[in-house]
Amino acid sequence: MMLKAEKISKEFVREMKNTNRFTAVQETDFTLESGTFTVLTGRSGSGKSTLLNMLSGLMLPTSGKILLNDTDMYALSDKELSRFRNQHIGVIPQGQTALYSLNVLENICLPYTLYGEDAHQQEALHLMEQLGIADLQNAMPSELSGGELRRMAIARAFLRKPELILADEPTSDLDDENTRIVFSFLRQASREGSAVFAVTHESNAVQYADRSFRMDAGVLTGQFI
Amino acid sequence: MKFSHSLPFRNLKGKPVRTAILILLTALLSLTVFSGTLMITSLKTGLHSLESRLGADIMVVPYEATTKSSLENIVLQGATGYFYMNADKYQKILEREGIGQVSAQFFLASASSGCCSTAVQIIGFDPDTDFTITPWIKKSYGNTLQKYDVVVGNNLNLFVGDTVTFYGKECHVTAKLDKTGTSFDTAVFTNQDTIKALIQSSLDLNMNTFQNIDPEQVVSCVMINVAEGYTVEDVVNDINIHVKKVKAVRTKEMISGISDSLAGVSDVIGILIAVVWGLGIVILLLAFAMSINERKKEFAVLRVMGASRNRLAGIVMQEALLTCLFGSIVGIAVGLLVILPFNQLIEEQLNLPFLLPETGKIIGYVISAVIVSVISGSLTAGVSAFRISRIDTALILRGEN
Repeated sequence: MMLKAEKISKEFVREMKNTNRFTAVQETDFTLESGTFTVLTGRSGSGKSTLLNMLSGLMLPTSGKILLNDTDMYALSDKELSRFRNQHIGVIPQGQTALYSLNVLENICLPYTLYGEDAHQQEALHLMEQLGIADLQNAMPSELSGGELRRMAIARAFLRKPELILADEPTSDLDDENTRIVFSFLRQASREGSAVFAVTHESNAVQYADRSFRMDAGVLTGQFI
Repeated sequence: MKFSHSLPFRNLKGKPVRTAILILLTALLSLTVFSGTLMITSLKTGLHSLESRLGADIMVVPYEATTKSSLENIVLQGATGYFYMNADKYQKILEREGIGQVSAQFFLASASSGCCSTAVQIIGFDPDTDFTITPWIKKSYGNTLQKYDVVVGNNLNLFVGDTVTFYGKECHVTAKLDKTGTSFDTAVFTNQDTIKALIQSSLDLNMNTFQNIDPEQVVSCVMINVAEGYTVEDVVNDINIHVKKVKAVRTKEMISGISDSLAGVSDVIGILIAVVWGLGIVILLLAFAMSINERKKEFAVLRVMGASRNRLAGIVMQEALLTCLFGSIVGIAVGLLVILPFNQLIEEQLNLPFLLPETGKIIGYVISAVIVSVISGSLTAGVSAFRISRIDTALILRGEN
């Protein structure tokens, strides 16, 4: 799997500021490859999440294009891109992202059941076990702590064994032990062949990564191997 | 575990209070449109039934009964009462020009029949000449009425084979009429031989306000259909000028008051439907918008997992369809439970002819009300569905929208 971002940038219109255009991500080239765990760090508002959202097909870049296995993601129709994301990309969004009318297991199985496919419950339960939430399968999201909800979101993103995993602050509300579990989990996924990209504030995330970038004011400033 | 298509149902089940409010609102919409339509239709059907039951162009009554209100009270509103005029008036009417069909009728109010909670109006007719009551009775009873045979209105608690006593005379119930939604539903019909005997009996028992009449020489009213080539107006004027101490009244005039009241009631119901619908649609619009707004993040999560914009809109629309369908069924069920069993009470309270349309029509109204309610509710949800299909997933997930 190869994700290739070519000369992508993102500008927003800000009506209340003196200048009405704000560049969140400066023009940049970027690649993600199978079997690598890439970490992007940077201050709040530096453009990390914007880059991740563009890579996940949720935010159209102002310029440039993003190719996943030679497929220009934004050349696809919304229906095609949505299905493409469902099958190829696992996204762990920021914050708590449960569907509160479904229990934990049903939430995790959604990437399959959303398209009427078999839920793959055994895989889901296996992931839950790995993430230490196996006993919560029938619990409702409202009964879970922030850390448990986050692990549920991680399990959900991993269920389809996507080629590309994009994690936005995956450890933001986890304690040190859970943070270690999650980063180890992401690293393990990359070892198993996925391309993993995590945006994080955690400085020690770098120790798990194969590649590390930093973003400042929309500029991708460095790469360490 | 496949619940992609049950996700809307699970969403509704997961928020029972919100769902109940939405169902209640759609139930209110369907209740008003269904009940209102059924009420207006029943009133119109009742009026048509009354028109056909009167079945004559002109009704001639003794002058003392001609204050329009007393005539309407007895003939149209179902109040019990009676009045008489000499039978020679009937002969004089027959001699007038423009008379087509003509037949006399006889009224008597039962003081206490022992059969009914309220006194009933007894209407006698001459089977040889009658053209207003006989065709109607023939639908329920094909034979000729014998002396002391009676046919009873639909609302009376009497059944074929029962015996009922009027002024000491036992009468046999030979038929029960179909419901008309008019005062005739609480009346008893019999032939002229029987009613004359009953009038005589009421005189004998000193229970008739007319003490010095000969039942063989009186009639209560004369029903007339105008002959071809004559106008109703001409015949009415002719009778009023040439036949003393009687008043000829156009039957259409008699029911004009009822027709006006019906139009008034229909207008009020129509306005009520419009107001409830206007308010209901606005509230439903807001309710759906609020319901979707509070779940924006959930929709964003679905989008992240690969739901297309159309799929998000589809979920909203499916939720709306389920809610509206269930709500409309509840509303219509309530409407049916109120109107069907209590239609007689409604008739009494409105004091207007009220006849439910036939079952097929009611089923038609049920289906129409469901369709109208579901479409309206879904259209209001469509606004929210459109909005949710245009959400900026990234911004919502960042908590900035």
